[in-house]
Amino acid sequence: MPETGTRAPRANLRSVLTWSAVAVAGAIAWAVVALARGEEISAVWLIFAAVASYAVAYRFYARFIARRVLRVDDTRATPGERLEDGVDFQPTDKRVLFGHHFAAIAGAGPLVGPVLSAQMGYLPGTIWIIVGVVFAGAVQDMVVLFLSMRRDGKSLGQMARDEIGKVGGFAALIAVFAIMIILLAVLGLVVVNALAHSPWGTFSVTMTVPIALFMGMYLRFMRPGRVVETTVIGVALLLLAIIGGHWVESSSLADAFTWSPETLVFCLVGYGFVASVLPVWTLLAPRDYLSTFMKVGTIVLLAVGVLVSAPTIKVDAVSKFADSSTGPVFAGSMFPFLFITIACGALSGFHALVASGTTPKLIEKESQVPLIGYGAMLMESFVAIMALVAACVIDPGLYYAMNAPAGVLGSTAASASHAVAGFGFTISPETLQSAANAVQEKTLIARSGGAPTLAVGMSQIFSDAFGGLGGKAFWYHFAIMFEALFILTTIDAGTRVGRFMLQDMLGNVWKPIGRVTWKPGIWITSALVVAGWGYFLYAGATDPLGGINQLFPLFGIANQLLAAVALTVATTVLVKSGRLRWAWVTAVPLAWDVAVTYTAGWQKIFSDDPRIGFFAQRDKYQDAIDAGKVLGPAKNMDDMHTVVLNSTVDGVLISVFLILVAVVMLNAAWICLKAVRAGSLPTTETPYVESRIGTLADDPRAGELVGAGGTPGRT
Amino acid sequence: MTGRVAARWRRAVAGVRWYVREISGDADYERHCRRHAREHPGAPAPTRREYELWRTRRREEGPLARCC
Repeated sequence: MPETGTRAPRANLRSVLTWSAVAVAGAIAWAVVALARGEEISAVWLIFAAVASYAVAYRFYARFIARRVLRVDDTRATPGERLEDGVDFQPTDKRVLFGHHFAAIAGAGPLVGPVLSAQMGYLPGTIWIIVGVVFAGAVQDMVVLFLSMRRDGKSLGQMARDEIGKVGGFAALIAVFAIMIILLAVLGLVVVNALAHSPWGTFSVTMTVPIALFMGMYLRFMRPGRVVETTVIGVALLLLAIIGGHWVESSSLADAFTWSPETLVFCLVGYGFVASVLPVWTLLAPRDYLSTFMKVGTIVLLAVGVLVSAPTIKVDAVSKFADSSTGPVFAGSMFPFLFITIACGALSGFHALVASGTTPKLIEKESQVPLIGYGAMLMESFVAIMALVAACVIDPGLYYAMNAPAGVLGSTAASASHAVAGFGFTISPETLQSAANAVQEKTLIARSGGAPTLAVGMSQIFSDAFGGLGGKAFWYHFAIMFEALFILTTIDAGTRVGRFMLQDMLGNVWKPIGRVTWKPGIWITSALVVAGWGYFLYAGATDPLGGINQLFPLFGIANQLLAAVALTVATTVLVKSGRLRWAWVTAVPLAWDVAVTYTAGWQKIFSDDPRIGFFAQRDKYQDAIDAGKVLGPAKNMDDMHTVVLNSTVDGVLISVFLILVAVVMLNAAWICLKAVRAGSLPTTETPYVESRIGTLADDPRAGELVGAGGTPGRT
Repeated sequence: MTGRVAARWRRAVAGVRWYVREISGDADYERHCRRHAREHPGAPAPTRREYELWRTRRREEGPLARCC
């Protein structure tokens, strides 16, 4: 980043004009997005508003944080340079590292939340995704990345322990683990809802397992290290699997691949366990290559598709569910529940785990922190905007027929059409059936979880933009497949991460289980992790009230509570290092995040409305059981008992999360108070070592930077 | 003029190829060999198969960071 002060005046003028133009273009796009009423606007305006805001935020706010708040210093050697070992620590070209970091943070999360949030109209979601990422999400990612980089790549948990204290550190560790379990369960539920009773989807997603195994064998025994070649073969096989699914669906094999949600749950649990205990080269690594390739490819395709087809937005800017608590997709008012529903893409605490793990060990120069930390998160936010667009271009009647709970919609097109009319929208039974026929699914009724809705929206955009190519059905199943692929990758990687955390924690009590090479230890801890998320997944899949609308708020709250932990650590370090005047950069998003998560958590625990409060819901169903009555949508007494059990567990869990994070924050507040009184306190930042990269003519590692060998664009 | 356009295209294709090889890890082995030659001059570099086996074993010992 060259100093603007040293530039020639002409360049300055050009820069001023360019950025003024970007700002004006953004303001016009925002005006169209926000002020259009009673007419359908083009989705392209949303994209413009987003991109212009990102550009301005990156150029000005991210740079301000880097220079003034974090004080990045390119004369200081990064851990990648100091501790270079060619494996964990390795200075990496910033563009390559940006790609790695983006692939690590972005998954199915930004695709699901925005789809559900379309219930409130397109405007609230758009504003939160963009404002949230600029002032909260990207700031969190970037600051945590920086702090971890200044501590040789320490994890968030370790930083919490070192900078806040033992109590806060321990609470943070437990919170991270518990939150991870819920996250995996909810993502699993998205897959289960997308694949249940869909032989096409189930076949093509099942085929990803043998494809990955084949790729693993190929990479290990036939062509070691040829990742690109292997991935190209894998992707070709994957496309064949999608086409094959079409054939399976209309053949006698269809029944063999028509699975109930319960069956899918057991398959997922089994898969998660096997993937966690098998060597990584067999399944996990090759799946990851496939998933990354598909992720980037599909996101690019979607961006091109939206720009080419320029679809119009079919939903209102602000729907009537925004100021009532009666929305069928998720209950509760806009504040706080919209901000809970969209976590990934705006503010995702989970990123703090990635930003404090691998990436900081690979940074080449400190000034690259904004590009990698802030920039990659802006990209994820852009993905969320496109998911929102995809959900908003489909007919609202169809949207509600797909996303309201099954118990409300009933199982026939006529009952669903009637229920949708009750929400104030119209879709005829014939239109509903023909929408299902167009994507060659038996039904689209109550296909909640976000993935099928996104797939319908994407199929519409893709078939408009790219025409032919098998029509909507192919694109629908393509979208389902790639979402399921992302999620399965997150599930197997997440189960492994959980296993390592558990081994680490239990290893303090009983040494052998902490050894990462001791097989029984691996089996026991993997089984425990899988059982944890498997329980919630099963409970969600069989929940009479609809698992997604019960569990998704829990996931959003959990994810953003993790963000509260990350922002607390960040604020504490800023205060401790004598930067109280800049602490608002992380303290303001923290205050907002605490307001959102604690309001939502409070309502989930204490609300009298049984659609919102878990305990109110529990009481309502328990009272009915005592009176011997069955309340819809429960069908029998067993269902009633399930509802009581689930709401109790969910309510207790949310209370535990809130208490754990409160402990972290109180501990941090105490430390900050001490630091303010003393002026500053010592932090665990590693001492300054002068960087030799790019500063000395005899740089010993010249040409050894990852990507430096023959970089065409490098000067 | 056409020569300049062709050169630009060649550079673009080379750039994409470079990026894909870097991000996928295809290029890691060559870098490892250069590093090996620098640190242990004269000693034979590991074969690609040996290097990949060693690298997978390293991966086994840590989690793979993947987010939602």
